[in-house]
Amino acid sequence: MELDTIVALATPAGVGAIGVIRVSGGKTIELVNGIFKGKDLASAKSHTIHLGTIRDEDVIVDEVLISLFKGPNSYTKEDVIEISCHGSPYIIQQLIKLILSKGARLAHPGEFTQRAFANGRFDLAQAEAVADLIASENESMHRAAMNQMRGGLSQEIKNLREELVHFASMIELELDFSEEDVEFASREDLKKLIYSLKGLITRLTESFTLGNAIKNGIPTVIAGKPNAGKSTLLNALLNEEKAIVSDIPGTTRDVIEDVINVEGIAFRFTDTAGIRTTEDKVEAIGVERTYAKMKEASVIIYLIDMIHDTLDDIQQQIAYLRDLDIPYLLIGNKLDQAKAEIQQQLAADGALFISASQKQNLEDLKAKLKELVSLDDFKTGNTIVTNMRHYESLQQTNDALDRVLNGIDQQITNDFLAMDIRHALHHLGEITGEITTDDLLDNIFSKFCIGK
Amino acid sequence: MFQEYDVIVVGAGHAGCEAAAAAANMGSKVLLATMNMNTIAQMSCNPAMGGVAKGQIVREIDALGGYSGIITDKSMIQFRMLNRSKGPAMWSPRAQSDRMRFAEEWRLALEATPNVDFWQEMITGLIVEGQRVTGVKTSLGLEIKAKAVILTNGTFLNGLIHIGEKQFGGGRSGERAAKGITEVLIDLGFEAGRMKTGTPPRVDGRSLDYSKMEEQFGDEEPGKFSYMKTKPLQKQRSCWITYTNTDVHDVLQTGFDQSPMFNGRIKGLGPRYCPSIEDKINRFAERDRHQIFVEPEGWDTVEVYVNGFSTSLPEDVQYKAMQLIPGFEKAKMFRPGYAIEYDFFPPTQLNLTLETKLIQNLYFAGQINGTTGYEEAACQGLMAGINAHLKINEKEPLVLKRSEAYIGVLIDDLINKGTNEPYRMFTSRAEFRLLLRQDNADLRLTPIAHEIGLATEERYQLTIEKMHGTKTLINDLKQKKYKPADINPKLAAIDSAPVKDKSSLYQLLKRPDLKLSSFEQLDDTFASYREKIAPEVQHQAEIQVKYETYIQREQENSEKLANLDNKKINPEFDYQKITALSAEAREKLLKVKPTTLGQASRISGVTPADVSILMVYLAK
Repeated sequence: MELDTIVALATPAGVGAIGVIRVSGGKTIELVNGIFKGKDLASAKSHTIHLGTIRDEDVIVDEVLISLFKGPNSYTKEDVIEISCHGSPYIIQQLIKLILSKGARLAHPGEFTQRAFANGRFDLAQAEAVADLIASENESMHRAAMNQMRGGLSQEIKNLREELVHFASMIELELDFSEEDVEFASREDLKKLIYSLKGLITRLTESFTLGNAIKNGIPTVIAGKPNAGKSTLLNALLNEEKAIVSDIPGTTRDVIEDVINVEGIAFRFTDTAGIRTTEDKVEAIGVERTYAKMKEASVIIYLIDMIHDTLDDIQQQIAYLRDLDIPYLLIGNKLDQAKAEIQQQLAADGALFISASQKQNLEDLKAKLKELVSLDDFKTGNTIVTNMRHYESLQQTNDALDRVLNGIDQQITNDFLAMDIRHALHHLGEITGEITTDDLLDNIFSKFCIGK
Repeated sequence: MFQEYDVIVVGAGHAGCEAAAAAANMGSKVLLATMNMNTIAQMSCNPAMGGVAKGQIVREIDALGGYSGIITDKSMIQFRMLNRSKGPAMWSPRAQSDRMRFAEEWRLALEATPNVDFWQEMITGLIVEGQRVTGVKTSLGLEIKAKAVILTNGTFLNGLIHIGEKQFGGGRSGERAAKGITEVLIDLGFEAGRMKTGTPPRVDGRSLDYSKMEEQFGDEEPGKFSYMKTKPLQKQRSCWITYTNTDVHDVLQTGFDQSPMFNGRIKGLGPRYCPSIEDKINRFAERDRHQIFVEPEGWDTVEVYVNGFSTSLPEDVQYKAMQLIPGFEKAKMFRPGYAIEYDFFPPTQLNLTLETKLIQNLYFAGQINGTTGYEEAACQGLMAGINAHLKINEKEPLVLKRSEAYIGVLIDDLINKGTNEPYRMFTSRAEFRLLLRQDNADLRLTPIAHEIGLATEERYQLTIEKMHGTKTLINDLKQKKYKPADINPKLAAIDSAPVKDKSSLYQLLKRPDLKLSSFEQLDDTFASYREKIAPEVQHQAEIQVKYETYIQREQENSEKLANLDNKKINPEFDYQKITALSAEAREKLLKVKPTTLGQASRISGVTPADVSILMVYLAK
């Protein structure tokens, strides 16, 4: 039996110099070949490394190194490709999304190891010495997962599961005891229960965006016209020379990112190319990207150049910002040399005044920034989903529940409803790692770290 | 006086009869020892076979070459396919049997089996050499040698019958209890436990007023259990439904202080899902009525079984309460209900072949393992008979997987989880219910049974024909394609939605509203095509096409599980060495001695973390 193709990040989540994405399964080479521009991997030898680019249609996602391992001479004994990419969570997520869209499936925790075992590759003789270590790692992982990362997640999932188990048992009752004189739950009640479960799941999945933000930083875009002082501000916040700063407008032609901890909240700042009409093709792409970035941002810090901008410009820019409907901070920069009429106008629009180059009023900016991102859920201790795998499991639970609802509407018989409920339970089980009848394999390996 | 037998089967109930027949049909020389040859294959409780999950087991027994299906077909007086309104996995055959005919047919079938000898006497001991059983000892002091022994003692081991405050030894009403075996087994190191079960009163059908009850008919087109060419019923007898009421409950309550259930005289655990009437009243006080099924005991007898009224209250209380049930006002009682306590041996002491871990070539099957139900007992007997024969012929054992048969689920559950109450099969115990259907037990199991030499050539050929017929039919359906313009008016005529593209009958069959028979309205040639195809082939193709995506999903899930079940563990593996395992896991693993990693993972008390550690060590 050929197993399906799986993908996961093999290096720790978060920002790093590089990230390694591992793909394994029968369709690995065909799949990666389809998105990799470089050497033809099908004809390449095993155990070779190839430089090239990964492309989504025509857009380059990243320049990567491909390590090729052809089965059975690989970790899983299947065809395995490890993609070494730049270590930004964004790039990694994009790459994984792309690979998923081509037909791979997100690996379960420890599934590569599971496959190595399933395919008879797993010679763990040398691992014996570390068996105890693995066990202790599990325990600390478990504790960490329970106490920190998951927070209330386990409890919420447990409650969900209990309700589902209740639901499932009502269905099973009807199946196994149809001959007996017992009353069965009405379909309407079952539907109500599913709706409330779905409500909870939706809240949890929606918290993923926030959870992701908390984990990877809130996407914050610094935008403004060319030379408004965006890179200067970012540098001032970063306190290091990361962006290329110059007096020539349009120096920043690409998107530069960094994560800054502002009073305990991580912000992932993105400096952008200045917004202006331009003949320069390269720069035009940069401007387009800026617009795109702004639309994706959770927060925008918009800089107005209080020396060079005109009142008309400012009105236009503010109107555009408002249309975006994304929380923004309007900043008047270059306070030290500001034109009075401009500053007056901006004050009426509620702007904050700074001088990025003089590092003036930066503390106010940080305070405003923190105010702007209302992490209500975070503060009130509501459960937040931060893990992509948990997110996927919740989505799959939701899909299974949708099938149940659909089934009820189409008057599908209860044995099929029971199947989908079992699937929902199974997917919830992937998060908490509890054993149910049908998630044995996954559970066994769930204590192994993903991608290992 | 006796030759040396290959297999001695102790007990001739459902388990013993199947065990004897299976081993003998595979070629073993078998002695069937019973305390009373007049009570071979007694239905100790209700006169019925099958039901939800149980009916599937009977079909599996039949597919493997056991006799329960054929015997039921020959002796039934009513057939119903339960759950017909649900999906195919829930369809469950159930039959009312003629109790006396059932026992008679079994005895005749065994007498007609060349390799089976009989001996009527109580078996009181075992001959054990080293750690291997080599025969049995009888109450007369005889010793009979055998290569393997299968114990199917049912409720007879130190059986104790309770009716109110009266109690007396017995294996069944009117029959002696079996003494000696329990003590011998305990001396050998086995752990024993105590269970209880009960049975309702039997009454004179002539004294009942059926006009006050609802009639429950058999199916209009009755099915049957065997995949062989047994005949379906031409005529049937009805059952009747009536209800208890609060007056009945009040009278029953007057006997509670004399109930062995409530005054603590019965120590054994009874089944929660098959409670006595006093249990029902006690635990579900809010319900003011309980259902009673009035089941005829046969074609000709006037005796009637009062299903749902199982009780161990004093006989006069039983009698008085019963007279208050509508239709029972003038009921004459033939036999009172009673409860029975008996010894069982926790099944975690067995291997998956049902051979004991302590004593080689000794097998346990049926209620001795803590199960309840004829079907559960019969299938264990069958598997023990098969495996005893395979073992003494030094062949690979037959262990059915959980994804292969309810029998596999049952034995896997017993061996790995044990049981605290009489174990009964439910469909929900099977994680791959949709694969384990009553319509495909032959497709699942007959090839396996043929390979080990139990299923006859005739049975095998019938299965192969069904397999090929189904495949051909599905292929033909894929070939028959129609253009929207041609087919849509005809679809409209039978109230089915129009198609957009050229569609095959295979695609149309997936619609919930269409059946193979519907296609006769779509294509004039289909009727003549269809009439040449066996109904069971049509039924099979319909199920396989209609539920294809669901079945595929279940198949994939079961294959995932199989990966782990294919990882073998040496049963003698020393778990004590692995300090990383939890103490509980170490103890359970040492006790159960799993043979695969999958089995290890199903043992209660073994966590996923334990299994992953185990895996690391096993790879060494």
